[in-house]
Amino acid sequence: MATSLEINGRTVQVESAPDTPLLWVLRDEVGLTGAKFGCGIGQCGACTVLADGTPVRSCSLPVSALSGMKITTIEGLGGTHPLQEAWVKLDVPQCGYCQTGQIMSAAALLASNPRPSDAEIDAAMEGNICRCGAYQRIHAAIQEVAQATGQPTAKSRA
Amino acid sequence: MNSRVDQAAARSGATRRGLVVGTALVSGALLVGCSPADLMSAGAKTEVGAFGPFIRIAADGAVTVVSKHIEFGQGSHAGLAAIVAEELDADWSRVSVEQSPANSKLYANTLMGVQGTGGSTAIANSWMQLRKAGAAARAMFTGAAAAAWKVPEAEITVKDSVVSHVASGKSAGFGDLIQGAAAIKPPAEPSLKAPEAFTLIGTDRVRRKDSLAKSTGQARYTQDVNLAGMLTAVVAHAPRFGAKVSGFDAAEARKVAGVVDVIEIPTGVAVVAKSTWAAIQGRNVLKVTWDESKAEGRGSAELEAQYTDWAAGKGALPDKLKWESFESRGDAAAAGEGEVFEATFDFPFLAHASMEPMNCVAQVGGKGGTKLTFASQSQTIDQINTARIVGALPGSIQIETLFAGGSFGRRANFQSDFVAECVQIAKKVGKGTPVKLIWTREDDMAAGYFRPLTHHRVRVRLDKDGYPATWTHRVVTQSLMKGSPLAPRGFDATTVEGAMGSPYLKATPAVDGQVLMPENGVPVLWWRSVGATHTAYVMEHTLDHLAKKAGKDPVAYRLTLFEKAGAARHIAVLKLAAEKAGWDKPAPAGVTRGVAVHECFGSVVAQIAEVRLVDGNPKVGRVVTAIDCGTAISPDQIAAQIEGGTCFGLSAALHDEMIIKAGAVDRKNFDAYPVLRHSEAPKVETYILPSTNPPSGVGEPGVPVIAPAVANAVLAATGTGTFRLPMIRA
Repeated sequence: MATSLEINGRTVQVESAPDTPLLWVLRDEVGLTGAKFGCGIGQCGACTVLADGTPVRSCSLPVSALSGMKITTIEGLGGTHPLQEAWVKLDVPQCGYCQTGQIMSAAALLASNPRPSDAEIDAAMEGNICRCGAYQRIHAAIQEVAQATGQPTAKSRA
Repeated sequence: MNSRVDQAAARSGATRRGLVVGTALVSGALLVGCSPADLMSAGAKTEVGAFGPFIRIAADGAVTVVSKHIEFGQGSHAGLAAIVAEELDADWSRVSVEQSPANSKLYANTLMGVQGTGGSTAIANSWMQLRKAGAAARAMFTGAAAAAWKVPEAEITVKDSVVSHVASGKSAGFGDLIQGAAAIKPPAEPSLKAPEAFTLIGTDRVRRKDSLAKSTGQARYTQDVNLAGMLTAVVAHAPRFGAKVSGFDAAEARKVAGVVDVIEIPTGVAVVAKSTWAAIQGRNVLKVTWDESKAEGRGSAELEAQYTDWAAGKGALPDKLKWESFESRGDAAAAGEGEVFEATFDFPFLAHASMEPMNCVAQVGGKGGTKLTFASQSQTIDQINTARIVGALPGSIQIETLFAGGSFGRRANFQSDFVAECVQIAKKVGKGTPVKLIWTREDDMAAGYFRPLTHHRVRVRLDKDGYPATWTHRVVTQSLMKGSPLAPRGFDATTVEGAMGSPYLKATPAVDGQVLMPENGVPVLWWRSVGATHTAYVMEHTLDHLAKKAGKDPVAYRLTLFEKAGAARHIAVLKLAAEKAGWDKPAPAGVTRGVAVHECFGSVVAQIAEVRLVDGNPKVGRVVTAIDCGTAISPDQIAAQIEGGTCFGLSAALHDEMIIKAGAVDRKNFDAYPVLRHSEAPKVETYILPSTNPPSGVGEPGVPVIAPAVANAVLAATGTGTFRLPMIRA
């Protein structure tokens, strides 16, 4: 049974069984390997993609639940997203395996809260594990983009 | 045979040509006189160009540096390329890095004798090798220019890949001169730059080359490999260490759409499918029965209790198990009047838990021979173990090494455990069909190869001035080397490195250090910073207890002992860290500071951590680090490794704990095995001691100091020591 998905602005018909997690559909069937497999239970964030702008753990979401939603993967950011540029500028990645998930969580954060506080960055990024421990640069890169492009929100001004 | 792989000879050809190593190696007679590297590279076919095995220069002048080392986060690719670029005077912006094929002759780690990455040696072992390679290539260009322009070679300069002769006004790019350069015989001992002439090494221009690929999803990991006709396998593994398959029923598994085959292999039962999800679904309904007659039945609690008894001298030791002395002088049992500090320390098993679980892609039985496409950390060992399974010469096993999503030591082991498993499956599938073995997180955590559970017992008596007069030290831990080709005859130094040779022991008149290395069924392995993961903690936390008993400042107390031991580098890093941290000034309100210093992998690190207690648990803020790692190639990546290493060490200090119950892993995923997360990351400042010594390790030395620094801050805040890690038990 085919499921119709909108991935990075393109409509895709996928043949995987409806209970297949989105992650494996993206990786094995659609050929988008930017989202990574880390834990399979939504605990590490390596598989993070956006569904209608909300960060979701694609390893734990059956593809049938995504029908009709707009899915954005790291490939959909195009390589010139301000966060990607900041990641390169600060040499954030080490092994890099978690970084696509980190960037997707950060992109969702800045889209809804362009100038987050330290605590808001912490909260938004808490679900993305980095075993290399690049957290300090991840944090700095998000702040850099927020300061460059973000307008102060009522919340962060307070 | 040696002459056929002579690197200079290989470089002398103007065109690239294949080096066929050891194809004549059929009869045993030919083996006589071969070095181990010859033997292990037998069967290899590696193309080497005019500029040698490490450098390729394209017609447009672009330089490619061939890295013999895997890149798994440590930044070696950029560092290795920078060494070449410095001596070659290449335009850094036009230097890229490519991963070498597996070839133990051409690409051996010069400190290991085989190809492999570990022990924080990637830069250190390559330093002279790549400087010479870069300088030799440079000489080929200056020689070619001199001949073409008919000017003295000594007057020729090179800058940013442009070769110039100022007096005649002539200049040309590498690309323009490449044919002439390739025909020049490279000097065997090219002249190298003096350190003060470096223009790239040590500057902030040495940055990673892979950040864009890793920020866009384009970097290729084993997990991302997708070859034509590839099948995916997952394996049902034994629930307990040492259990074997006694039978299985694959009927339900075979009914799952996409499942192609179910295969018994030595380590379990593999489900082979057309997609990952089908393989996982198949395994979910596979029924396997296990023979547990030889399985390990003990757990962490039993092992710890046993180790504790043995260290206290209670209970008989099993046959053949005996204490081995690692440091001994004077009479450490002598009585005296000074104060005594006595404590035991306990450390759990630790999983590496790299973000990318172990995986491998293998093709066996095809026309092209056996090929592995994966993140190999020790190519030669993986070749040997694969060759044994498929029946081929080790050097003939092709390995395309990819980026690894972390390793921290896990991808290098003497058994090539997950590699061998993949090869076993691919061999049964046959016909050269690519088989990707995927381990789920649960597979990865349950497979063992942990940092061993470790127990220390320490008794120190102080002299009248408050400094150690006697030091008795017992360590109980599994050997990492036992059963391996590198197994030592006596004790395994990796179990005690960091205690053994410590400047504190050097400064103590009477020392009795012994280690006991019992065996059990849990496979163990080096874990980023190896022995220092526990020895640094014991030594450095003990030091603060001693300073406290002596009524002395922890920094001043250490400096005195370092002076007694003649540990000049320790003194230098400690003074620098103390100065940058403002140790002589009061800490911010609510904050206490803790200090620790440790030498490992040739580098010395001092850290001062600022800690706040939140609900009784340590919350680490600023961490000031000073490191002496010899010549700094990339200050930015050294800082990155210190930042990351500190997080890795802090994760173990606060959270990491693998628990084994009745021979089975009790924590199989991040819900049960908490690790450091974003909000807990400290703000690390890194200060590098200027040095012209050869570069030493950077990937691991940043790991072991943070835990004792935090424990020492907690001791300062509460008066209570921390004798068990992790500090926050899940």
